[in-house]
Amino acid sequence: MAVVDYGVGNLFSVQNACRHAGLDSVVTASRTEIHASDAIILPGVGAFGDAMAQLRRLDLTGALRDAALSGKPLVGICLGMQLLMTESLEFGRHEGLGLVPGRVVRLEGGAAPRPVKVPQVGWNRMEKPAPGTGGDPWAGTLLQRLPDGVHMYFVHSYFVQPEDETVAIAWTRYGPQRFCSALQRGNIFACQGHPERSGPRGLLVYHNLASTLRAGH
Amino acid sequence: MNIRVIPRLDIKGPNLVKGIHLEGLRVLGKPRRFARFYYENGADELIYMDVVASLYGRNSLTHIVEETSKEIFIPLTVGGGLRTLDDIHSVLQAGADKVSLNTAAIGRPELVTEASRRFGSSTIVVSIEAKKQPDGTYQAFTDNGRVRTGVEVFGWARRVEALGAGEILLTSIDNEGTGRGFDLELTRRVAGSVSIPVIACGGAGSPEHVLEVIEKAGADAVSLASCLHYKYIQEFYTDDDFSTEGNVAFLRSGKEFTKVKGASLAEIKAHLVRSGVPCREAREAHADE
Repeated sequence: MAVVDYGVGNLFSVQNACRHAGLDSVVTASRTEIHASDAIILPGVGAFGDAMAQLRRLDLTGALRDAALSGKPLVGICLGMQLLMTESLEFGRHEGLGLVPGRVVRLEGGAAPRPVKVPQVGWNRMEKPAPGTGGDPWAGTLLQRLPDGVHMYFVHSYFVQPEDETVAIAWTRYGPQRFCSALQRGNIFACQGHPERSGPRGLLVYHNLASTLRAGH
Repeated sequence: MNIRVIPRLDIKGPNLVKGIHLEGLRVLGKPRRFARFYYENGADELIYMDVVASLYGRNSLTHIVEETSKEIFIPLTVGGGLRTLDDIHSVLQAGADKVSLNTAAIGRPELVTEASRRFGSSTIVVSIEAKKQPDGTYQAFTDNGRVRTGVEVFGWARRVEALGAGEILLTSIDNEGTGRGFDLELTRRVAGSVSIPVIACGGAGSPEHVLEVIEKAGADAVSLASCLHYKYIQEFYTDDDFSTEGNVAFLRSGKEFTKVKGASLAEIKAHLVRSGVPCREAREAHADE
C-alpha cells in the first residue's frame, strides 16, 4: 500500500486506518514505491491548485496515471478524489489528473431560512443512487457492507461532478445540492468524506480494501 | 446540517480533570478510557485540552495524542500551550486532526493566518474563552480564564474568521462546569457574527440544554465535559482508573455531582433526534446495523 505524500494534510489517520485493517502501508512521494505497491491511496486536504502543483513538482502525475492504467486499486479521498477529475474551478481553472472525466465545483450555501455553512464540516449521509437495473450499486466496491445512508465525516468546500453520472455510486445532500460523494470507475474508487475519521463504519472501507487485495493474490 | 456532539477532555499530566469555572481541578481518571468509551458510544469528534500547558508554557499531550489516534477513528482536536507553527506541526504529527489556539492567537493574531495557510483552515480552531463583564459586555480571557485580555469577544470572533480560522470553540467561563446550561446570549451573538462553525462549550447539564443552544442560539456543535464525565463515572466508576495525582476524594463524596445531572451521548442524541435536530445517532458508532 502506498499512501501518496505530496505535502498536504494529515496522513497519520490514513495510515492508522490502514494498520487497523491489517494493510501494510508506506507514506511515500517516491515513484518507485508507488509503482511497486499493490494499491495506492491519494489523500489530501487543502487547495486543488497547490496540490496539483506539488504533484507536478514531485513528478508524480505520471506515476498516478500509470497506476490507474495498471488496474491496481487507486483510492482518492477528499481532495484526492477531486484531483482525479479533469479540472477544478477552485480559485480559477486548474487542470486535474484527468482520470475521471468531470469537474470540481463549489458548494452553495443556499438561501434563508435554512442556509448551510460552507465549508461543510461534520457528518453527512452517503446514499445509494436511485434503484436502477444493476442490483446493489455498492456490491463489490469499497462501500460493500456499509448501510445505505451511512454517515461519513466531511470537510470540504468543493465537490465533483462526473460527466458520466453512472460512475457515482453514492450521493450526499447538503443545503440546496445533491452531490456525488463516492465514485467507482474501473479500478478507481474515490470518496469525498473521510472514512478514516468516520468511526467503525468508515473503517469498513479500509477493511474492504484489504479484502480486495487478499482476493487478488 | 448535522449537529456534532463533542466530548471535551481536559488533561493535566496523565489525568483527565474537570473543574468549575476552569478552576479547582479535580482528577477524574485516565483520558484513554474516557476517550475509548465516548468513541464507542457515539462521539462525533473529541477535544483534548491540556489545561495547564499554557500556564507553564509546555505541552505534555503528545504521547496521549499518539496513543489515541491509533485506536480512535473520529476527528481529534488538540489544544493547550501551542504557541508556534512548530508546536502545531508536532501535535499534528502525533495524530491530531485539528488544533485549538487561544493564548497564542490573542498574543500574536498573525499565527492564525500563518497556521491556516500552512496546515489548512479546517485544521485551525480558535478557542475563545468569554466572561461577561458587569457592564454587560463580553471579554476574552486566556490561560483557562485566569488572564484578562481586554479583547472584546464579538469583534475578536469576526477577526479570527478573517484571519483564517476554520471553526470557533466558544467557552463561557461563567457557566463552565456549573451544569446550569449554556450562555445562550453569548453563543447567539457569536454565531450571528461569523459564518464559520461555532462549537458551544460550558454549562451543559442535560440533553435539554444541548437542544436549547442549537435551537435558540444557532450553535453548529456542542462540546461537553462534566455532563458526560459524571454520567460515565456514576455508571462505570472503578478505583483502578485513578492515579494518585490530584484530588479523587470528592468523587466518592457524591455531593459535588448534584449540580450536574449528567447525560450519556445516547440520551443527548436521542433527545435531539426526537426534537427534529439531525445528528449521527449513537448506535451508528457500531460497525453493524
